[in-house]
Amino acid sequence: MFEAILFYSLAAVAVISALLVVTRVNPISSALMLVVCFMATAGVFAILGAAFIAILQILLYAGAIMVLFIFVIMLIGTDPADLKRRQMTFAKILGAAAAVYLAIVLGLAAWRPPFIAAPMAGDAFLSPATIGKQLVTTYLLPFEILSVLLLIAIVGAVVLAKKKI
Amino acid sequence: MMILDLLTALAKVVIIFAMILGVVPVLIWMERKGAAYIQDRRGPNRASILGMRLGGIVHSFADALKLFTKEEIAAGSVSKPLFYIAPMITFFIAIVTVGVVPFAEPLRLFGYEFNLQIADLNAGLIYVFAMSSIGVYGLLIAGWAASGKYPLLGALRAAAQMVSYEVALGLSVVAIFLLSGSLRLQDIVIQQGALIWDWNVARQPVAFVLFMVALFAETNRLPFDLPEGESEIVAGYHTEYSSMRFALFFMGEYTHIIVGSLIIATLFFGGWQFPFVAAELMRSNMDGVIVIGWPAAGIALLMFGMFLVSRFRRRYRDLRDYETLLFGVPAMLFATLLLIAWAGLLTRGYLDNIPAWIGNAVVFAVQLGTLLAKALFFCAFFIWVRWTLPRFRYDQLMNLGWKVMIPIGVANVVVTSAVMVFRP
Amino acid sequence: MSINAISILVLFALAAAVALGIVLISALLGSGRKSTEKLLPYECGLDPIGSPRRRFSVKFFLVAILFIVFDVEVVFLYPWAVVFREFKAAGEGALAFTVAAVFLGILLLGLVYAWGRGALDWEE
Repeated sequence: MFEAILFYSLAAVAVISALLVVTRVNPISSALMLVVCFMATAGVFAILGAAFIAILQILLYAGAIMVLFIFVIMLIGTDPADLKRRQMTFAKILGAAAAVYLAIVLGLAAWRPPFIAAPMAGDAFLSPATIGKQLVTTYLLPFEILSVLLLIAIVGAVVLAKKKI
Repeated sequence: MMILDLLTALAKVVIIFAMILGVVPVLIWMERKGAAYIQDRRGPNRASILGMRLGGIVHSFADALKLFTKEEIAAGSVSKPLFYIAPMITFFIAIVTVGVVPFAEPLRLFGYEFNLQIADLNAGLIYVFAMSSIGVYGLLIAGWAASGKYPLLGALRAAAQMVSYEVALGLSVVAIFLLSGSLRLQDIVIQQGALIWDWNVARQPVAFVLFMVALFAETNRLPFDLPEGESEIVAGYHTEYSSMRFALFFMGEYTHIIVGSLIIATLFFGGWQFPFVAAELMRSNMDGVIVIGWPAAGIALLMFGMFLVSRFRRRYRDLRDYETLLFGVPAMLFATLLLIAWAGLLTRGYLDNIPAWIGNAVVFAVQLGTLLAKALFFCAFFIWVRWTLPRFRYDQLMNLGWKVMIPIGVANVVVTSAVMVFRP
Repeated sequence: MSINAISILVLFALAAAVALGIVLISALLGSGRKSTEKLLPYECGLDPIGSPRRRFSVKFFLVAILFIVFDVEVVFLYPWAVVFREFKAAGEGALAFTVAAVFLGILLLGLVYAWGRGALDWEE
C-alpha cells in the first residue's frame, strides 16, 4: 500500500518533470527538470529493490551526464536574446519523428505485453557482487568492447573541441 | 513491525543529525581559533552569556543569531525559485551523505538490535559518491540563478573542479574494495581489524593520499577553494547570497567536512575499531576495561578541572573572571566523586561480574567515541591545512587532477590487483 | 519496503525539513527595506555591464565529457573489485585481473591521446 503510494507519486514526479523538460523555454531549467526526472526514476528503481542500480542512475545520469548537458548549454549561451534565434524547424521535425517512434514503441509494448511481475528479490538481486560476476564471465566481451566505445567517445570529444591542432 | 522500523529510523536520523548539527558550531569555532593561533592572534573571545564565554564558542551562536535576523537580499534579475532552492540543495546533500556511515557495531540490548548506521546499503560508499555528485547542482544553480558575473564564474569553476576530482575520488577507493571485497562500509571496517598496521592507511597509503586530496577538492576547501577565491571573484557562487541562505552554504561546507572526516576515518583508519583492542577482547574482559577505564576518565576530568581553576585571573573585574571557576570546581568535584565511587564499588566486588548488557553498552560507547575522535582529528587536519597552504592556480589544479591523480589512481588499482593475484 | 529504504526516506525527509526550516525561520525573522542598489547584482560597486550569461569556454565541455567517460569506467570497476577476491579464491584471479587490465589499458590509451592532443592543458 505504502509502496504503491510512493511509486505513483514518484511516477507522477517523473512524468511531470519530463513534460516540463520539453515545455520550458530556458534550457537550463529544462536540464534541471531532467535531473529531477532521473532522480524520480532512481526512486522507482529503489522501490523495486535494486538500490545499487538506483544509486548508479543518480551517479551517472543525474550526476555526470546532466553536468555535461549543463556545461554544453552554458557553452552555447543562455542569454534570452540568444535563445530566440535557435528555435529551428529542423529540431521540430526531428522531435516529431522521435515522438512517432516513441508512440510506435509504446504501442508495441502495450499490444504485446512483455511485462513481467517485478522480482521483489532480496539483497542479492542486482547487487554489486552479482553484477561483477556477470561482468567477468557472461558479459566479458561487451565489457571489453565498452572500453573501446568509451575510447571513441574521448577521441571524438577531443577532435571536436580541438579542431585547430 | 513497520512502525517499529520507522521509529528506529527516526531515532537514528535524529541522533545523527543532532551530533552533526551540534558539531558544526564547534567546528566553526575551531576554525576561527585555529586560524587565530596559526596567525599568532587570540581569536574570538569577547561574546559572552552571563559571563560565560566557553573559550569563544559563544561567538558561533551569536553569529547564527545574527544571520537569522539579517535581511534576505535577492537582486532583481535572479531566477527566483532556483535562487532560493540552491542553498537548500547544498545543505541537504551535505547532510544526507552521512546515511551509510557506521558509527559503531550493532548494539544488542535485551534481545533488540540497534545499529547506529542509517542504512546498510549494499552499494555502501557508492551512495556517498552519488549524493556528492548531485551536490554540484547546488553550486551550479546558485551561480547561474544569481545572474551575476562572479557567481557564474565561481559556479563553473566549482563544477569543473568537482567533476575532475570526483574521478580521482572514485578511483582511489577501488583498491579498498579490492581488499575488502565489499562496498558496505560496515564490512570495510570489520575487515580492517583492530591492529593499526592492518588498517587501510597502512595497506593502501597511495589510495589514502589520493582520497584525501580529492576530498579537499570536493569540499572546496583551501588549497582548492578557487570557486570562492576572494581575490579574484569576490566570493564565487555565493556572492549574491545573504542571511541564512548564505549560512546554509557555510553550514553545508562544514557538514561536508564532518561527513568527509567520518568517511576517511571509516575507510582508512579502522572506523570504530579501537586501536589494538578488538571488540570481542573488550567484551570478554569487561571488568578489566571498567576497572581501568573508570579511574582514567576520572583522573582526566580531575586534571581538566585543575587546569581550568589554575587559569583563574582577575582580568576584567566582572562576571567573566569567574567562568573558569564555574566549570573547573564542579569538574573537580564530580571527578572526585567518580573516583570515590570507583574505589567503593571495587572494594565491594561489584565490578567482578558485570552483566552482558552493560558490557555491550560500554563497547558501543567506546566505539562511537573512537570514531568521533578520529573524525575530529581529521576535522582539525582540514583546518590546519586551510590556514597553512596557499591556493592553487586553476591550471595547476586541473593538471593535478587529470595528469597526476588519475594516472596514479589507475596504476594503484592495477598494482594492487596484480599483487593480490600473483603474490604466492 | 526494506528497513534501509525506510531509513533513507526518513533521512531525506528530515534533511529537507531542516534545510527548509532554516530558510523559513530566517525569512520570518529577517527584516529590511528594498532599494534600487540592493536589486543590482554585486559588482564591486559598479553598475553591471552586459549579461553575465555569456558563452563559456569549450574547455568545460572537454572536462565534462572526459569526466563522464572516466566516471563510467570507475563505476564498472566497482562490481569487478567486489568480486575480485572470489575469483582469486576460485583460482581464476589471473582472468579477473586480465579483464580489468585490458579494460583499463584501452581507456588509458584514451587518456594518453587526450593528453597528447593537449586536451588536458588548461592553459593554451
